[in-house]
Amino acid sequence: MTAKTTTGFDVQQVRKDFPVLSREVRPGVPLIYLDSAATSQKPEVVLQAMSAYYRENNANIHRGIHQLAEEATHAYETAREKIVRFIHAPSTEQLIFTRNTTEAINLVAFSWGRNNLSAGDHILLTEMEHHSNLVPWQLLAAEMDLVLDFIPVTPEGVLDLDEYQKLLKNNPKLLALTHMSNVLGTINPLKEIIRDAKSIGAVTLVDGAQSVPHFPVNVVDLEADFYAFSAHKMCGPTGIGALYGQKDLLEKMPPFLGGGEMIKRVELRSFKANDLPHKFEAGTPAIAEAVGFGAAVDYLLELGMDKIEEHERLLTNYAMEKLAEIPDLTVLGPPAEKKGGVISFYLNDIHAHDVAQIMDGSGIAIRAGHHCAQPLHIKFNIPATGRASMYLYNTLDEVDRFVDGIQKVKDIFK
Amino acid sequence: MEDFYREIIIDRYKTPHFRGELEPNDITYEDDNPACGDHIRIDVRIDENQVVTEAAFSGEGCAISLASADLLLESIIGKSLEVVKELAKEDILDMLGIELGPVRLKCALLPLKVLKAGVYGIGGDDSKE
Repeated sequence: MTAKTTTGFDVQQVRKDFPVLSREVRPGVPLIYLDSAATSQKPEVVLQAMSAYYRENNANIHRGIHQLAEEATHAYETAREKIVRFIHAPSTEQLIFTRNTTEAINLVAFSWGRNNLSAGDHILLTEMEHHSNLVPWQLLAAEMDLVLDFIPVTPEGVLDLDEYQKLLKNNPKLLALTHMSNVLGTINPLKEIIRDAKSIGAVTLVDGAQSVPHFPVNVVDLEADFYAFSAHKMCGPTGIGALYGQKDLLEKMPPFLGGGEMIKRVELRSFKANDLPHKFEAGTPAIAEAVGFGAAVDYLLELGMDKIEEHERLLTNYAMEKLAEIPDLTVLGPPAEKKGGVISFYLNDIHAHDVAQIMDGSGIAIRAGHHCAQPLHIKFNIPATGRASMYLYNTLDEVDRFVDGIQKVKDIFK
Repeated sequence: MEDFYREIIIDRYKTPHFRGELEPNDITYEDDNPACGDHIRIDVRIDENQVVTEAAFSGEGCAISLASADLLLESIIGKSLEVVKELAKEDILDMLGIELGPVRLKCALLPLKVLKAGVYGIGGDDSKE
């Protein structure tokens, strides 16, 4: 295995940081975790940061005068600063903690959408969206009588940019799309896409759930108006995500949820909303999770997002090469150079559930189903796919064992 | 874990005995398992005594759900609808001869769910000949 890891990224050392990776799935069967697109594993430093917060600093934030409350507030706001720096956002006012990517997108749909759209307006989405960047717009469209347009996905699995240009003629008020497909692995050429949308005055929202964990993202450089992502896919805990937004847009938007923390002053029949970002953070937030999120970002930065990207590229290229040698196996999506470490595949005549089940017998965790992107599966006319998704802790040896696992599936069904 | 895919499951998946559609039928119903996209339709014909004479399933699914459908339909031929209504989870697991976790249990039980919905829902309104 050492011969194959040539990027200078010490994956064996990285693996030691993740306690769960040393467990056996069943006695004698080590874990091969290839489901990081669903959720990543967590390094010891994140677990410790959260535990230490509860053991030493736990208090409610922003309102308390006492020492613990100050420490907790500091921990929460320090985490925000770390995440702001991680995506190169200009200020902490522009980074709102949410529950996850889904909630961040719903926040924009509810707060920006309801106040900036009117009947007959077009929203432009793509055919490769996760349900989280589709259903909120369906709900809004039904409520406000909006028109949803979709940038088609080509048979190769990339966005049809010629059709995109034509759809811009409908003058969409919003373009909402994913940075990287959670099924095809396709990394979209966001910069050009966003530039063209902005040239006709559209607001842009990016679902960054699959991108921020895996390669460097600079929201200012991308010029996205909104950018949403989740901690749990990037070594952090579940229950917390973030929404980055342009300041002028966020300032004009009414609050999303009402309650404590999002207000400056409350009377019986009225309230004055708090300043950014607190305006959008009603109620006691996920404080320990924010601390864990911050620790995850520190961890990723210490390893270097460039190095992580390079390591995953090596894994992806290797896996795509190996899978191409297997008869009766089809990988959805574009060739390795246009995609990240998400590989959805199907075997002729063998259901993805059976593939995943037999793989599990060898300790290999992959996903089977439509991965919350049912329309894309309908388009490709496949009921379900298996999906192997990789992260910084995966090895070439694990890819080999995954390929062996597929052979085993074929043997059982032959 | 390969025991999971007992010969009978693979056999019935690859060469099912009851695959197809029955037109006309006395009972037909279809449903999905949204978690995995499995879709099963079951058609049943019964005689004047409410006894199953023929049954067929169609749709798409994994080996567990399709083998379960095939074995289930085999078991109901010649049985009255009253007996079919009594079929339970344990009967399916006995037929398959395996233990299943909660996710795969849904696959295994989808055909029974479809069959029961059909039997309870229709009960043979156009079956009186």
